[in-house]
Amino acid sequence: MTNPPRWANWLLETFGHPDTREEVQGDLLELYDYWIETIGERKARWRYSLSVLKLMRPLATRKQADDYSPPFFGSPSMIRNYLKIALRNLVKNKAYSFINIGGLAMGMTVAMLIGLWIYDELSFDKYFQNYDRIAKVMQNGTFNGEVFHGEYNPAPMGQELRTVYADDFTHVIMSSWTRDHILSYGDNKFTKTGNYLSADAPDMLTLKMLSGTRSGLKDPSSILLSESVAQALFGTSDPVGKLMKIDNKLDVKVTGVYEDFPYNTEFRDMKFMAPWDLYASSEAWVKRAQDNVEWGNFSWQVLAQIAPNSSFEAVSDKIKNIRLKHNPETAFIKPKVYLQPMSKWHLYSGWDKSGNLDGRIQYVWLFGIIGVFVLLLACINFMNLSTARSEKRAKEVGIRKAVGSVRSQLISQFFSESLLVVAFAFVLSIVLALLILPLFNEVADKQIGILWTNPVFWLCGIGFSVLTGLIAGSYPALYLSSFQAVKVLKGTFRVGRFASIPRQVLVVVQFTVSVTLIIGTIIVFRQIEHAKSRPVGYERSGLITVSMNTPELHQHYNTLRDELIRTGAVVDMSTSSAPTTDLNSQNSGFDWVGKDPNFKDNFGTIAVTHDFGKTVGWQFVQGRDFSRQFPSDSSGMVLNETAVRYMGVKDPVGKQIKWNGKPYRVVGVIKDMLMASPFEPVFQTVYMLDYGWASVINIKLNLSRSTSESLAKIEAVFRKFNPGSPFDYRFIDQQYALKFAAEERIGKLASVFAILAIFISSLGLFGLASFVAEQRTKEIGVRKVLGASVLNVWSLLSKDFVLLVIISFGIATPIAYYFLHSWLQKYEYRTEMSWWIFAISGLGALAITLLTVSYQSIKAALINPVKSLRSE
Amino acid sequence: MKRAFLGEFEEVVLLTVAILDESAYGVTVTQEIEQKTGRAVGFSTVHTTLQRLEEKGFLSSQMGGATAERGGRRKRFFMVTAAGRKALSEVKQIREQLWDSLPPQTLQLMGS
Repeated sequence: MTNPPRWANWLLETFGHPDTREEVQGDLLELYDYWIETIGERKARWRYSLSVLKLMRPLATRKQADDYSPPFFGSPSMIRNYLKIALRNLVKNKAYSFINIGGLAMGMTVAMLIGLWIYDELSFDKYFQNYDRIAKVMQNGTFNGEVFHGEYNPAPMGQELRTVYADDFTHVIMSSWTRDHILSYGDNKFTKTGNYLSADAPDMLTLKMLSGTRSGLKDPSSILLSESVAQALFGTSDPVGKLMKIDNKLDVKVTGVYEDFPYNTEFRDMKFMAPWDLYASSEAWVKRAQDNVEWGNFSWQVLAQIAPNSSFEAVSDKIKNIRLKHNPETAFIKPKVYLQPMSKWHLYSGWDKSGNLDGRIQYVWLFGIIGVFVLLLACINFMNLSTARSEKRAKEVGIRKAVGSVRSQLISQFFSESLLVVAFAFVLSIVLALLILPLFNEVADKQIGILWTNPVFWLCGIGFSVLTGLIAGSYPALYLSSFQAVKVLKGTFRVGRFASIPRQVLVVVQFTVSVTLIIGTIIVFRQIEHAKSRPVGYERSGLITVSMNTPELHQHYNTLRDELIRTGAVVDMSTSSAPTTDLNSQNSGFDWVGKDPNFKDNFGTIAVTHDFGKTVGWQFVQGRDFSRQFPSDSSGMVLNETAVRYMGVKDPVGKQIKWNGKPYRVVGVIKDMLMASPFEPVFQTVYMLDYGWASVINIKLNLSRSTSESLAKIEAVFRKFNPGSPFDYRFIDQQYALKFAAEERIGKLASVFAILAIFISSLGLFGLASFVAEQRTKEIGVRKVLGASVLNVWSLLSKDFVLLVIISFGIATPIAYYFLHSWLQKYEYRTEMSWWIFAISGLGALAITLLTVSYQSIKAALINPVKSLRSE
Repeated sequence: MKRAFLGEFEEVVLLTVAILDESAYGVTVTQEIEQKTGRAVGFSTVHTTLQRLEEKGFLSSQMGGATAERGGRRKRFFMVTAAGRKALSEVKQIREQLWDSLPPQTLQLMGS
């Protein structure tokens, strides 16, 4: 006689139901013997094991027939019951539900928008398939003790990398900078931005071709158009194979159309691509730099994709001495060539003073933190209100328990209530986000949409909602459900003296965040205002700039100027090598009497024409402007004040300065003209007369005439002298305002968030105040009967909240001071953090608090005590 | 009170218990069903059905005395309760009523 499988017995003993274990085992053993006789041992063992498995507890339960057990709290009908009760509770307390759901939804919306913004920032350039292998060739050096980084490269760099380091690179691309060019096909003319690129650039950037091929650029007279440009130029007809012109001079054939780059890529403005070879053969200076292997002309960018088996660090290490090899005279700046990976272009575009990578990543962190805090504020509200409310429900808990609720049911009840609120808030927040997104995109300069199809988005959203619901519901669910029914119903139950402490702490946290955000916003805006109101040293109004992009403009410059002035629409006109909002060229090699031979000089250099001073309104400190009366002015120089200080020369007018051996004479000193960043000190700059180096035309409009009329007249004249080019002009005011765009965007976003934070916090206060007022209705009644005035009651109820806000202010001040102080350090030209900013923020928060609380406390104070006391 | 529903297999088990009279317990019920109906039933199915019938109040049970052959373990004997008997007779009655109301030609076609 064999025994049944031992493991089966063990299973039965462990997992079988204890009430029936004995008889079941007995029955099974008996059957086992019977099975061995009838169907054989193997089948018997098999049947035995199968029966045991089927008899384990979850599969075969036995209920105690005479012992009532409450329904399983997770059963569908119970859940339906919980939700029904929760919904009834929400409808019954409409104001409370509104504050709760609305506040939470607002916080969630902010967090969602910030999350989408961060997602967009982090997904920058990921469009490119070879994202993790593409890099920019850059170099750094040390000059006067400061490390500078440059992304400008000499023309032979591409060839060198391609041949000497062939094993390390899959692609090396020479590229011009993304600039305005005129594209024309028949009468269709547009100014579009685009690049000249090496032929394998489309491969490296994995262009998505809509027609034509990626190898289209191999033909030196070809062009690849983006979808949008192709549509603008050719409409619905097929562009491939059509002949068109670039800048009115280069004939090219369209060899392909590619899908526009998405907005969140670094190349989003590259609306067309033309072959580098065409560029090199058509521009004499480019050809010269390339053919003569000029390593000293840094004017282009070089992009590269590294080989699959190597790393950016390893390749950077190999190529670091290229510049030193070809420009040995630059040894004193310790130049080092390196690769900047694409993954860092967007978020780490700069370097701080200690040489660490820096850039937008700061804002990603900043907004991330703000988002978390705003969300936290909303959750705190939610928790505060639910706990406050739940104390009112102590009696309900008592009665429920008395009629037979078990604790698990109460817990489920409270949790399902808070989860329901969160669910409503989540749905509402998606709707709000949808409504706000267009506005948000405009302020943030983005093209973001809700990630409907992204599972991470839903996972985060729903995961967070459930978490909030569970945390917010945990107090009532776990604490209230533990009450003893007898105590609560007898009336001896009292919420402990310290029950409100956590709530007060949370209010302090809320207001600390809000006050910090207010202070931050004020200072960001003051910094922007400060820089905006900075004197620029020239007259911006009515100043426009036109790009000098065709040879015709150079040839007819003087007649063009005469004719423009004759229209009366133009007061003056001049050319310069850079618009007044741009300082794009720096040079060294200056020498003057008294210069320390070891001093490595570096000056901004601007070439201007005679009338430049009058056009922009130079303000002279010493000397005079360039003048046609003095032919010797062709070797004259005008310095700015910073240049004079930089050189350390007293009374520079009339003194001689040599530049690369050529003597110049200083004719005047002007007040600093702000051409670069309004947050940085003005750079030492020299202005020289040079008619050949012009790249823009500056025009001063006649301010006494209507601008649109003047522009129409000017355009007519330009059409005459420069046919075939669209007349594109820019207002210097607007160009100047663009310099603040980044800061302004941050400021606007921060202020929106600050307002929301304050709003959410006061919403919470409003709810809490109403709760406190309600809780103390009887006390207020007694006080009033005993002779308290409305003012007494008001101060009684407001006092606590005011105290909390004062504490938060005390905490917020040093935090805000610390963070904003370090933020301001970024800017050379920065505002002060005056004490009144802090005072105003504190008083503002206090005023908002009083306003919020007063409504409730006055309402409570005005109640007729007869009503509130009647029930006792 | 809502009339307790009796499933087909429950009916078979309940009837078997009634047939076995005093000696109905897990093993005998299983074997009896196998022999009488020729269908192979698992012990676990019989066991859970017996329990369910007890919950519904159609069966009552009682632990019997220990016997040596099953490792000294006791048996649980099942007895049909009054409610059980009533349920059985109701089922039978309904069946009969249905049979009675069959039209004669259909009855003939069925070969009986």
